[in-house]
Amino acid sequence: MQPKNLTDAQLLYDTHRVDAMVQSMAGAIALQHPEGSELAIIGIQQKGVLVAQTIKVHLQKRWPSLDISSGDLDVGMYRDDLSDNPAPTLQPTSIPDNLEGKDVILVDDVLQSGRTIRAAMDALLDFGRPRRIQLAVLFDRGQRKLPIQPDYVGELLEIEDDQFIVVKTLEEKAGVGVYLTFK
Amino acid sequence: MSWERKHLLDIYSLSSEEILTVLDTAKGFKQVGLRSIKKVPALRGKTVVNLFAEPSTRTRISFELAAQRLTADIVNFTAEASSFKKGETLKDTVKNLEALSADILIIRHSSAGAAHFVSRVVNASVINAGDGAHSHPTQALLDLYTMREHKGDLRGKCVTILGDILFSRVARSNIWGLQKLGAKVTLCGPPTLVPKSLESMGCRVTYDLKDAISNADIINLLRIQHERQKRSMFPSLSEYTKLFGLNQERLSWARPDALIMHPGPINRGVELDSEIADSNRSVIMDQVANGLAIRMAVLFLVNGGNHLDDSSGGEGES
Repeated sequence: MQPKNLTDAQLLYDTHRVDAMVQSMAGAIALQHPEGSELAIIGIQQKGVLVAQTIKVHLQKRWPSLDISSGDLDVGMYRDDLSDNPAPTLQPTSIPDNLEGKDVILVDDVLQSGRTIRAAMDALLDFGRPRRIQLAVLFDRGQRKLPIQPDYVGELLEIEDDQFIVVKTLEEKAGVGVYLTFK
Repeated sequence: MSWERKHLLDIYSLSSEEILTVLDTAKGFKQVGLRSIKKVPALRGKTVVNLFAEPSTRTRISFELAAQRLTADIVNFTAEASSFKKGETLKDTVKNLEALSADILIIRHSSAGAAHFVSRVVNASVINAGDGAHSHPTQALLDLYTMREHKGDLRGKCVTILGDILFSRVARSNIWGLQKLGAKVTLCGPPTLVPKSLESMGCRVTYDLKDAISNADIINLLRIQHERQKRSMFPSLSEYTKLFGLNQERLSWARPDALIMHPGPINRGVELDSEIADSNRSVIMDQVANGLAIRMAVLFLVNGGNHLDDSSGGEGES
């Protein structure tokens, strides 16, 4: 699905801007969860994991003495298009032991149809019963196919159907950020 | 890499990347088995048929549980209670099963090539669960998984397969799989069951047990299959045990960290001592547990769509 190269890609947001967006999302999460101790930040494989880790870094700065619970979730076994496409490559899943009573923040890079989030919620509920699940996404590009809305959004993006957002690793310094490219 | 095969018919035609894809996918499914909810909806609404024209307990049950854990419906069809007894051909049987909208056929048959044949006459995906002395791909995959779990990367590792190689589909599939992953394979057993000609598969053949096991990282013992031997290939079971049975004394020739494997069912006191089978050096129960994860992975992979080539079974193993 992802484009092979980024030669025709246009850099939309550089590392600093992405980091500022994530920081403001972390701020909004902290505002709604002043205790922090009940939070579990769960990134959806693969790019959601990057965003979740960055959110956690910012939250950790806020609450240095708190060990914020976090995890990674692969939704490959829960997708609704498994018979139509080659089987997906499964990525590691690691979910905190006890989800009971937790406020889970599911994190992904881009929200579009909402199908990944549906799969992620089903997958997550097989690990336990959190008190609530909220959704944080770096970009919401609209075009929803399911009644799913994010609770925390980095930015709304209005782009053409044939355009594609690529989030590159947020940790490296040079030449990274969020790219806009064509399918 | 992504998996594009519709069937799993043998190990020979898989690339090392494809083998590693199965093993990596199985890792995810092994994790599912550790959760309190051990089921995922990946094959919801799909029908899987276990077509076993030859006796089997662990493979059949393993596939059955694997399909159930993927939320598929599973039907068991065994030779003893089937229309095979009434003279129906294999082709007619599988066509009938397909008419019941079977999506995946798992087949075990005493004839080499049965799974390849079935894959050519049905539209369903076909998984070979053992065909004669030809191939048993999921057994080889679960053995490779277990070896990697304990010994890491298999490149350069020495693996000794001991026992009845001639009649063993497990041996053939293991040999191909191990070589594709870069391991060095030694075969050992009575000359009647381990002909020198097996060297043409790229293995070392030796009839000296000490030589065979002293340098091995892994010792895979195979069952002596009395039922497949039309005529006796060695004078008696006790003579086999006397020459090739693994006991504590002989195990001391091997490296202290050598792994002991056996695909089961074990003939206790024939291929190996009970003491060794039950010791912490044996990973026989790990093999059974990993088999479930491997079979879930294989069902998951062949269930994927957009197959490049429907006849992607390969040419078969020697």
